[in-house]
This record gives sequence, C-alpha cells and structure tokens, in this order.
Amino acid sequence: MDLDALTGCLSSSACLVTQTTSGLIIGMLLFLVAVGLTLIFGVLKIVNFSHGAFYMFGAYFAMTAYHLTESFALAMLAGAAGTAILGLIFERVFMSRVYGADVLMQLLVCYAFVLIFDDVVRLIWGPEFKSMGMPAAFQVMPLFIAGGVVPPYYLLLIGVALVAAIVLGIGLSRSRIGKVIRAAAHNPGMVSALGINTGLIYGGVFALGGMLAGLAGALAAPVRSLTPGMGFSVLIESFIVTVIGGMGSIVGALVGALLIGLIRSFGSLGFPLFTEGLMYLFMVIVLVSKPTGLFGKEAA
Amino acid sequence: MTELEAGRAQALVPVRSGAALHRYRDVLIALIAFAVLASLPFFTGSKALLDFVIRCSAYGLFATSLNLLVGYTGLTSFGHGMFFGLGAYSFGLIMQKLGLSIPVAFVATLAVTAVIAAVIGAICVRLKDIYFAFVTLAFQMLIHSTILSWASFTGGDQGLRGGIPRPEFLGINLANHVHLYIASCALLILGLLAMRQIAQSPFGYTLRMIRDNAARASFLGIDVWRAKLTVFVLAALFAAMGGMVMALFVSGAYPEFAYWTISGEGIFINMLGGVSTFLGPMVGTVLLLLLNDTVTRFTEYHGIVLGVVILFFALGLRKGLLDFVAEWFSQRRDAGEGR
Repeated sequence: MDLDALTGCLSSSACLVTQTTSGLIIGMLLFLVAVGLTLIFGVLKIVNFSHGAFYMFGAYFAMTAYHLTESFALAMLAGAAGTAILGLIFERVFMSRVYGADVLMQLLVCYAFVLIFDDVVRLIWGPEFKSMGMPAAFQVMPLFIAGGVVPPYYLLLIGVALVAAIVLGIGLSRSRIGKVIRAAAHNPGMVSALGINTGLIYGGVFALGGMLAGLAGALAAPVRSLTPGMGFSVLIESFIVTVIGGMGSIVGALVGALLIGLIRSFGSLGFPLFTEGLMYLFMVIVLVSKPTGLFGKEAA
Repeated sequence: MTELEAGRAQALVPVRSGAALHRYRDVLIALIAFAVLASLPFFTGSKALLDFVIRCSAYGLFATSLNLLVGYTGLTSFGHGMFFGLGAYSFGLIMQKLGLSIPVAFVATLAVTAVIAAVIGAICVRLKDIYFAFVTLAFQMLIHSTILSWASFTGGDQGLRGGIPRPEFLGINLANHVHLYIASCALLILGLLAMRQIAQSPFGYTLRMIRDNAARASFLGIDVWRAKLTVFVLAALFAAMGGMVMALFVSGAYPEFAYWTISGEGIFINMLGGVSTFLGPMVGTVLLLLLNDTVTRFTEYHGIVLGVVILFFALGLRKGLLDFVAEWFSQRRDAGEGR
C-alpha cells in the first residue's frame, strides 16, 4: 500500500490530469467492449463469454491492415468490419443453435471458441508479442493541460468512444431499427409474428457487438502490445463493468466502465499490487447492495 | 386403519428398506473401487499412471463437489475454484508455519474453509442465476488477487515454495509415492461416498426440489437460504479436500489453483461427464485429464483440439457423456418392455 503516493497525486493538478486521462482511456476501451456484451445479453439473453476474442481480432486485423496499407483509417475500418463479419458468422452458425438451451451449454460453446480463437491467432500471427506502432499523424508533441501530459491519440480514442456511445444511445431509442431491436429484446415471438425476421436482428446485434469490441481492439492496438489471449483480461473487466452497471443497460455500461477505469488508474498509485482486487471488491459491494447493478432493471 | 393409510404404510416400507439397500450397495461399490485402486501399485510400477490417478483424485473431488451445487441445487457457481485454492494454500501454510501433524492440519484446513465459505456463501446465495455466478466469480478473483498481493505471507505470484513438510503419522509417510497414492485414493473414495450420502439423503432431495422449484420448496416450509448455504459450505469442504490432495501432490500451492480457470475447468468437467448422474463429474475428470495429456503431447495447438471436442459435446451430444449413456440405457430398457 502506498497511500502517500495517492494523496500526493490527488493534491497535484498535473498528476490528477494525467491519471484521469489514463483512467478515461481504459474506461472508454472497456465501454466499447462492455456495451457490446450488454447489448448481446439484453437482446439475445446470451452471456457472450467469447467477446474478448473479438477485441483481440480487432487489434490483429487493424495491425495487419496498417502494416499493409500504412493507413490508420483503413486499419480502424478493417478492425471494425472484420470483427462484424466474424460476429455474424459466429452467431448464425454456432450460437443460434444454443438459444433456449441451458446457460451452461451456451457458456461451453463460447469457452470452446475462446480456446480455438486464441490458437487461431497463435497459428496466424505467432505466439510472440506484436505491436502496431503509433501512426505518424499522432506522433506529435503531447498536449499539456493544467501541467498534465495528454497524448493527442488519447483524445481521439476518447472522442471515438463517446461518439459511439451517443450514436448507440440515440439510435436505440429513436430510430426504427432501434425500436425493433428493443421490441425483439422484450418479446421476440411477437416481433416475429409481426413479420420481422428475428434471426436477422439477432445476427445483426451480435455483429454490432462484435464490431464495437473489434473497434476497441483496433483503437487499443497502437497503445497496447498484441498477444494471443489479450482478450481475456479485457473480457473479465468488461464483465465487471456490465455487472456493476447492470446487464442490458447502455448508460450503466458507460458509468461502470468509467468507474472501473478510474479505479484502475488511481488504484495503481495507492495500491499497486491490489488494483485488481479493488475492482473485484467494488463489484462485490455493488452486487451485494444492488444485485441488478447500478442501472439494471429489477429482474422481470 | 383406513384403506388410504394402509396403502401409504405399504408404500413407505419398501422405499425405506430400498434406501438402506442402496446405501449398502454404495459402500460395497466404494470398497471394491478402493481395493482395485489400492492394488494398482502391485501390478504396475508406472509412476505416470499413479500420478494420473492422484491428479484425478484432486480434480475429481473438486468437480464432484461442484456438481452438488450445479447439478443438484441448480447453483451455477463460477468461483468454486476459490475453495480448491483455499484448501491448497491453507493446508500448505499451516504445515509450513505451524508444523502440525498432517491429520490436524487437514482438519484445521477444513475448519478455515468452512468459516470462509460460510461468510462468502451467506452473501452469495441470496442472489440468483447469472448474478450468483458473477458474485462467486468476483469473490474468487478477490481471493486470487489477495494471494498475489500478500506476497510476504503467500509467496505472491511465485506460489508457496520450499515444499510442504510431510511428517510421518500412524505409519503413513506421504513423502513416499505409493503412500501418497493410496492416501489420495482413500480421500477420493471417502469424499465421493460422503457426497453420495448427502445427495441421496432427504437433504439431497430437498436440494433437488429447490433446483426445480424454489418457490414451492419455500411454501412447503423449507428455509431455502439455509439449505443453499449449507450445501455451499459442504461443497466448499470437498473442494478444499481436492485442493489439499493437489498441494500434497505438487508439494506446494500456486496462484493458478485459485484462478478462475480452475472453476471454468470444473464446469467444463461437469458438462463433459454429465450433471444428471452422480459419477458424471468423475468420468468428466478422467476424460479431460486424458484429453489434456494426450493432446499436449501431439500438438502445441491443443486449444483448437480441445475446443472442437467441447463443441462436439455441446452441439453434437448436447449433454455429458454419462448423461448420454444413461439416457440410451433407459431408452433401450423402455423399448425392451414394450413401452
């Protein structure tokens, strides 16, 4: 424990800014992964245990595309589109077979794919650590805000995630497709009786969730090292986020992700060895006081 | 005596004697199984085979105890592995720091586990379904991070090293490989027998009722929370037993024992073997360990092979192996009786 470092940081604006931005980017990346998880759970009623793999594939797709084309925009596109297609195939071919089955059976199928996907990545890209490298456009002087250091890429990352959050939120509540998706979450039988292809909606939602995780992976690729199994810790953390925020709630995912991000960045100062423990402790406290999560609806 | 009461009395008697008969049968099977396992070292000098059985004992105790929660009570715990790790660590620490004799340390570990499981269980079993799964997972990771960060006490990410002392007791020397093997088998058989008794007792049937319809059980006057907590603690004790066998086997304890993948493997073993029969998890344990050992020998990409096998069970059979066999037998019998 190092409480002096924590209180010292809290009293200095430079440290406060630096730690807050690093907490925000952890939080925003987690949000993109967690929101897909929560969306898939809300509509398909499936806990997608293999969601971390989409994050991983997003990062690897982006790296390959970037090394081939040297274009950052194309790399992001490859990460997002590649995982969307992967998600669609995965849902239609495999997950659609276990709807209505035991939760354990669904988890088992996902677990199988966690193992398979990790090995596929090892097979294609090799087991060693890879890095994509920071695109030239962002290799500029960091900004100084109130004495704290903020790399411009962090601002882009936070911006993209925020845009995704707003588009998702408005799209789901206002657009026609969003309404159909919410209806399908509520009563799929009725929606299908009204002549809407629910299979398509399920596939679409899964693809969307995969795409968001892939986008998170692609955005993280320049600042993180890539390795098979990298999706795993992200998966566990985004589970914590969705559980804290409430399964199925987008606002909950955002708040939960930011809380976890800040706990991580400030916790690493005060409790360097127990940072993970802090997250789990927080999750236990939330679950015990409000089992459905901060923004979850009471179980129907 | 009215006709109705007479009918009931008649119906009750055979059931009771049947239960006693089943109990004797279980004990007999256990004795035979132990005799077969214990005589193994006389027929083969293969250390690898004995090691395999010891590992099966550790994982088998753990997986079967998880089935008490998953299969019998319908409590899908994602953090059951914490008690496996807890058993290994407390046993190792008690032996290293206090230097007690092995049976005393064994009982002390069970006591420690029971207390911790009661506290965690009291918080967890209020929650249902997926939330129960998540909060148990959170506790598991909490314990795992505690082990990692409390390095001065637990050895941190290096694990509990320096070996666990294994002083002789009652003429049993667990540093001797064959002695360790027989002790593991004995613990496995005793543990399985005890769990079988729990599963077949009225309490065991109460658990099944809670699984099938908790609201109804509660209307019938059963304290559901208490029954769930009881089975949570009992299952934790057997998982800790598995952990102790593991700690004795590797003469140490490692953070991986408390990591969530152990719980994941436990669930997987249960699905592989089947949750609707008592011995399903045991079959699953042997299958998984065999699979792990053979596949890792032939390819470094064992994740792909293991994944495909899991998919075969999940999407092909849609149930565990022993579930599948049991259903096949009952179908054959029904067909034979012209039903």
